[in-house]
Amino acid sequence: MSREHEKGMSLIVKTITRLTVGIIFLYGIYIVLHGHVTPGGGFAGGVIIALSFIHLMLAYGRQEAFKRLSRAAASVFESFGAIMFLGIALLGFVGGYFFLNFLPKGEPFRLFSAGIIPLCNIAICFKVGAGIFAIFVALVLLKLDLGKK
Amino acid sequence: MVDIYVLLVLMIIGAVIAIEVKDLLSSVIAVGAAGLALSIIFLILKAPDVAITQLVVEILALIILIRATLKKDLPFSTTGRWLLNTIITICFIMIFVAVGVKCFKDLPEFGAPLMRVSKTYIQEGLQKTGATNLVGAVILDYRAYDTLGEATILFTAVIGVLAVVRRIGRKKVGEEVEENE
Amino acid sequence: MVVYLLCLVMFCLGIYCVVRKRNVIKLIIGVIILEYAVNLFFILVAYRKDGRAPIFAADQTVTNMVDPLPQALVLTSIVIGLAVTALLVGIAMRIYEKYGTFDITKIKELKG
Repeated sequence: MSREHEKGMSLIVKTITRLTVGIIFLYGIYIVLHGHVTPGGGFAGGVIIALSFIHLMLAYGRQEAFKRLSRAAASVFESFGAIMFLGIALLGFVGGYFFLNFLPKGEPFRLFSAGIIPLCNIAICFKVGAGIFAIFVALVLLKLDLGKK
Repeated sequence: MVDIYVLLVLMIIGAVIAIEVKDLLSSVIAVGAAGLALSIIFLILKAPDVAITQLVVEILALIILIRATLKKDLPFSTTGRWLLNTIITICFIMIFVAVGVKCFKDLPEFGAPLMRVSKTYIQEGLQKTGATNLVGAVILDYRAYDTLGEATILFTAVIGVLAVVRRIGRKKVGEEVEENE
Repeated sequence: MVVYLLCLVMFCLGIYCVVRKRNVIKLIIGVIILEYAVNLFFILVAYRKDGRAPIFAADQTVTNMVDPLPQALVLTSIVIGLAVTALLVGIAMRIYEKYGTFDITKIKELKG
């Protein structure tokens, strides 16, 4: 972050980032999808996905990360996650009350079991991931403006 | 049990270093070390969900703090009335500790929780929700209102940070905001 | 009982840092230490001696699980702590930009 002629960090950091950032993203998706079988859930998985984008931004500079996930896309994802969570909760009125678990519960230990819980995990993952990325982008952009004074 | 005590002492030492050191970067790194020790303590206390979440959230907090404190430490000098302030603070903390120790006698013994509500969750959780991860079932089925409240808090935090950081009326039409790395 | 006392010591360290320090970043570090102490206390209350993690395993009947309810509450509390920390850091950076210092005693004296 202190070089003037190259954006981002040194060559070693860029090579390691190129190799590992996809694996981190995939690991975050795995933790979210298996939230009802193994420990994890939507919050930890969402933060891991946001961390993979932050890793890309720290190593390559701002433009590379914005090519993958722009600021407008982050705000759309966050609102979409919140609306999906509320929509699933309101659909519980079909069965009787708010947040009723109305989808069929399959057999345990399978991926498609436990009613609405995997869908809620995915909604939370969108919301948390996009929100944390938006917070980081806002704080980083302000920090770089302080150096100009 | 010995490992919990050792890690707790390590956490306390890390916290003391973080409070007393004058260099801001060193104190942020010491808080990071305390957070990692806390994550291992959660794992030893058989709470893997919480350990994963604590680890990644603490790394994120470290990144945000370091980004804010680069090149910003200033020398501080202690003004007058330092001794009186410290003595008053320590008296307050002593009263707090005395009352706290009295309250701790009412807690159930370490290792034997009461589990009045959790008996129902453990016995009926699997067949009523179909999820094998009981903590996930509790936060998304039995206590889903709390998760809704937490989603709202995160939303408010994002709006709050964007509102605090925003520059009002600085960018004119057609002006290029120069961005350096 | 000794574990609870060590947790209380951590909480008191956090209170001391928030009350006595003059640097805004040290205030934020004090709030973080307070959150660590409170989350640790919840999980300590939930521990059962020779217990197991609250996850069912295939082909095993698990009888002694630790308490899953405080773990669910702490999961929420950790993410809320992150939101509070991010907001505090944003306000601290704005204070530095406006007053040029992180010292809270000088913020009262300088004008706008």
